[in-house]
Amino acid sequence: MQKPRTIIEKLWDSHVVTEQPGAPALLYIDLHLVHEVTSPQAFDGLRKRGLKVRRPDLTFATTDHSTPTTPKSLPIVDPVAATQVRQLEKNAAEFGIPCYGFHSPKQGIVHVIGPENGLTQPGMTVVCGDSHTATHGAFGALAFGIGTSEVEMVLATQCLPQRKSKTFEVRVDGTLREGVTAKDIILALCAKVGIGGGTGSVFEYTGTAIRALTIEERMTVCNMSIEAGARAGLIAPDDATYQYLNGRTYAPKGTDWDEAVERWRALPSDEGAVYDKGVTIDASTLEPMITFGTNPGMGMQISGAIPDPASISDPVERESLAKALRYMALEPGKPLAGQPIDVVFIGSCTNSRITDLRAAAGVLKGRKVSPKVRVMVVPGSQEIKRQAEAEGLDKVFQAAGADWREAGCSMCIAMNGDQLSPGQYSVSTSNRNFEGRQGKGGRTFLASPLTAAASAVTGVVTDVRSLLAQ
Amino acid sequence: MIKFSSFESKLVQLPVDNVDTDQIIPARFLKTISKDGLDDQLFYDWRYLPGGEPNPEFVLNHDWAKTRQILVAGDNFGCGSSREHAPWALTQYGFRAVISTSFADIFKNNSLKNSLLPVVVDAETHKKLLALPAGASVKIDLSAQTLTLPDGTAVEFPVDEFSKYLLLEGVDELGYVHQQEDAIQAFEAKRLGSINTLAAA
Repeated sequence: MQKPRTIIEKLWDSHVVTEQPGAPALLYIDLHLVHEVTSPQAFDGLRKRGLKVRRPDLTFATTDHSTPTTPKSLPIVDPVAATQVRQLEKNAAEFGIPCYGFHSPKQGIVHVIGPENGLTQPGMTVVCGDSHTATHGAFGALAFGIGTSEVEMVLATQCLPQRKSKTFEVRVDGTLREGVTAKDIILALCAKVGIGGGTGSVFEYTGTAIRALTIEERMTVCNMSIEAGARAGLIAPDDATYQYLNGRTYAPKGTDWDEAVERWRALPSDEGAVYDKGVTIDASTLEPMITFGTNPGMGMQISGAIPDPASISDPVERESLAKALRYMALEPGKPLAGQPIDVVFIGSCTNSRITDLRAAAGVLKGRKVSPKVRVMVVPGSQEIKRQAEAEGLDKVFQAAGADWREAGCSMCIAMNGDQLSPGQYSVSTSNRNFEGRQGKGGRTFLASPLTAAASAVTGVVTDVRSLLAQ
Repeated sequence: MIKFSSFESKLVQLPVDNVDTDQIIPARFLKTISKDGLDDQLFYDWRYLPGGEPNPEFVLNHDWAKTRQILVAGDNFGCGSSREHAPWALTQYGFRAVISTSFADIFKNNSLKNSLLPVVVDAETHKKLLALPAGASVKIDLSAQTLTLPDGTAVEFPVDEFSKYLLLEGVDELGYVHQQEDAIQAFEAKRLGSINTLAAA
């Protein structure tokens, strides 16, 4: 009998093209997603070498990072960004790759449009020149971010030389309490293992709390695997996965669908499969989480106090925390709840899906955002924008005083003009609180859409449960 | 790519843990469609004050730092975004190696593809390197996989054998992958459940 395998090992084994002595395994890539920021130099490389794209039928492009979220009738004001967006559209046309360009009615964040259109499927290997590619792991795919040289490699050969990662089980059992979300699970994991805790590993999220999540929520969890150091993180597919996928544009149809589901049912980790590493989280004890520092591992429960560098013995670690608190202009030992904020950002590949917008709208409905706070709501795709508008969510946001915008990465990465001013504080549903991530000198608190919406109403960092009780 | 040979250099010391790629090169500089001209954007927001003048407290703004080829940084260097602009900016500035106790996976892969050597050392060696006086230099020998400290101690460091071969030869992986064409075709012939992104939606 074959040794029991994890889903990570099954995905690896089924995609090894060849393994030569002295060289890494050659891994076949089923889906390559492309965006404007990390691809232009790769297409240039193909041109210089006289190569074409080997499998345009396994490749898909969209514009998201540099695109403004102002009305589509307006031009892209930044000439450098405009050139980059146009270059992707030109490269896609030249190399025969399908592309949701800036004016496409299907345009959106690359990690939103893949699942939305059924491009992302269980059992696949998925890559993209973007570290949040692990999002697609929510479908039971081995999905990871790559650099531009690797983008060129995949465009040219549909393969990547890869060394096998370690397997790391993140087991989350128990039931989430009211006001606590998938975002809080992943922020709790980042705080527990640290920003480098998963380096060299692929996470598999298991346990009853993970099984109970919707597919959108699973994407939120997998999305931030990289913030705990893991290049990939995934969840074995189940009936909820198949239900989400069935009928989407690129999902298999008819008998192909039935055969596919039968294949996918063999993907989950075998009984008795052994992981190299593991960690457990009790979902029933979690509170809403919030970050206080300058990396996603610097997070705590919203009722907690900011840690004191003086309590750390390692000098480099101590100075790193002190540096973070200086940047954030926060005092050790104080709570974060009640901290005044300037901006709330609801969006990003972590939390811009319809369920996220519904959650935020649920808090904002019948309430007004604080006059001191600018609130931006940025849907993940044009498709989500239309759906939200069909449900009247745009009206809820606008009536509350929030700004309802076009789809894109927006203030998660602040490449498109949506950004904080120096010194401003934001509560953001995005994935990174690095120095300057949301604009030079800007200060980011990462949190769930519920926490973000609650803080928008009060104008200070707020435990959403205090509003839910009202 | 150029062949990676052994070399000796004085150090730039940056004792900060978890230096993320947004610090190595801020996202607003990623709107370029070129690989070039990134050297001045390296560590931009640490290197320059809000008015644009050099921050006198940042290590790269010392005159002596300009010719140094080795950066010693804190644990988990290069975490965050997959931007290859990070190693591009580091090499264009003149760095040929970064020494740390660990590196983020994507940054490490990207560096190896750009003749920038990530050198992982143990905590004790790392401490020694950070404590060295400003004028001290170390030697990096990739063939022998050794880092030689000023006192003559040689410390071994790990390198993936395939990456080492590519660096020493100054070639990229594409030639190797193209040689596997028969295997790739055989694999494609038996693949199941493919999508077709070209099928009209």
